Amino acid sequence: MERSPSSPAFWRSPLRGPWFTSLLGVVLLAGITVLFATGLLSYAAYNPDLSPVNDKTPDKGVLGFYLFPWPTDPPWLYRLTQGVHVTLGIALVPVLLAKLWSVVPRLFQLPPARSVAHALERLSLLLLVGGVLFEFVTGVLNIQLDYVFPGSFYPLHFYGAWVFFAAFAVHVVLRAPTAVRNLRRMRTGDEEGAPPPVSAEEPSLVSPNPAEPTVSRRGAVWLVGGGSLLLLGTTVGQNFDGPARRTALLAPHGGAEPGSGPNGFQINKTAAARGISAAETSEEAWRLVVTGPAGTVRLSRAELAQLPLHSAALPIACVEGWSTSDQWWRGVRLRDLAALVGHAPETAPDVLVESLQRHGAFRRAALRANQVRDPRSLLALDVNGERLSPDHGYPARIIVPAAPGVLNTKWVARMTFGEL
Amino acid sequence: MTTYRLPLGSPLQLLLLACSFALAGYAGVRLLADDWFGVALWFVGAAVAHDLVLLPLYAAADRALVRAADTAGPRAGAAAASPPVRRARVMYVRVPAALSGLLLLVWFPLISGRVADRYASATGMSASGFLGRWLLITALLFGGSALLLVLRARRATKDRPPAVH
Repeated sequence: MERSPSSPAFWRSPLRGPWFTSLLGVVLLAGITVLFATGLLSYAAYNPDLSPVNDKTPDKGVLGFYLFPWPTDPPWLYRLTQGVHVTLGIALVPVLLAKLWSVVPRLFQLPPARSVAHALERLSLLLLVGGVLFEFVTGVLNIQLDYVFPGSFYPLHFYGAWVFFAAFAVHVVLRAPTAVRNLRRMRTGDEEGAPPPVSAEEPSLVSPNPAEPTVSRRGAVWLVGGGSLLLLGTTVGQNFDGPARRTALLAPHGGAEPGSGPNGFQINKTAAARGISAAETSEEAWRLVVTGPAGTVRLSRAELAQLPLHSAALPIACVEGWSTSDQWWRGVRLRDLAALVGHAPETAPDVLVESLQRHGAFRRAALRANQVRDPRSLLALDVNGERLSPDHGYPARIIVPAAPGVLNTKWVARMTFGEL
Repeated sequence: MTTYRLPLGSPLQLLLLACSFALAGYAGVRLLADDWFGVALWFVGAAVAHDLVLLPLYAAADRALVRAADTAGPRAGAAAASPPVRRARVMYVRVPAALSGLLLLVWFPLISGRVADRYASATGMSASGFLGRWLLITALLFGGSALLLVLRARRATKDRPPAVH
């Protein structure tokens, strides 16, 4: 029987036990709660309820119950929430792996169910473990542009999160009290005493036949924490320009900047990758088409530059969990463009922005009235004192405070105010 | 004739689980709407691949490491370390191996170069640096661990009372 993983004696690590599982469980409870909350915020930041072009999950039903108009203040809001979402998720990988390792004997436990409730709880654990791995794997692959998962990232990660959350919530309700009790007992110094089993249905995780220890409990916790710190330290820098970015040694947008000079900062999609040619963006060919109740206006880049120009210092923050520091953008206020086609600037409506690019998920994107009316929201022509480079959206791009990067449309061709 | 009946269990637990399954079902039909087989395969496959492949693999590697430490004889001319000391030395290999493996696991698409073309085309940067940086970090981890082992072993030798002969 000892050769079979269903026998408790098969599992010999002296590390396994309520104290280790409880500690990791409480860390994950806090961490995953933050991941879920920042994930829901990121979903809201796309304003999916504003227009079908922003909505990758039209069947969301009540799962969009909490949606609200995404604010423009503070301008670093999305940079913070999404930076935390991705960076924390990466740093939690070793904690998650250790937690799963600590409870793996339960997978093989016999008999498989001692009551209907116990059978259902074990089925729920499949959703919990499958769900958490599905979310971590799709997230980690997506930020590395490795789109091997079966479908579009947005619906998979969003609906997957809710499936996981359903199992996570019930797991927390059923197990968190035990975990907290175990940790209290550890704190009061009684950690060596064998604690009672979690319930009559669950045998203890403590091995009945422990092997000679090769690492202390403290050592194991340090190893898991050290793994988290290593991942954190080699990732978090991708949210800052300059020397800090170079510390993000393995993160997708770490290391050196892609270029030098005013346009040298991080690029999400290059002009070449999106099939934008110099011919269609030339001074002769390119015209911005602005439409509103007063009709349609066509403007060359030179004509745009004759309009009142304003500056705003704003970051670019990507759903992939990297961002830039503030860049100095200069261009025409969105609300001034609304005024050109018959809207009062103070009551400027939503706008549909279309890019020159012919493919890509967000070649068309909608901005809400609060975003259009913000005086820092620009159709930018210049950045950091120089003309926009093709990779940053020349001839003109949108920049809106606190908006996810993908809504800051590059190579803008057409803007329609009022009708989405 | 008696038939075996599975007891029901805690009613509160049943209610909570029913609530959880209903919510999971609501999101689940949406998750499975497009490619139900592919998504189900990924969902269940992630759990199976972790529990039955990744975990047994690294556990076996760790066990092999401990066994190797137990059976390792002293090199010619070197003082024989006692079994507990040899076991304690396992950590000097385990820690850098685990950290390096962790980085490889998380950043495999970039380090392996399997997304190099898409990455370069999208970001305007080359993906060729990731493998080199991971190797350098790995070298630093193992080298640092070796240095620590040597320093601690020397200090232990110095602290030992002279001549037990």
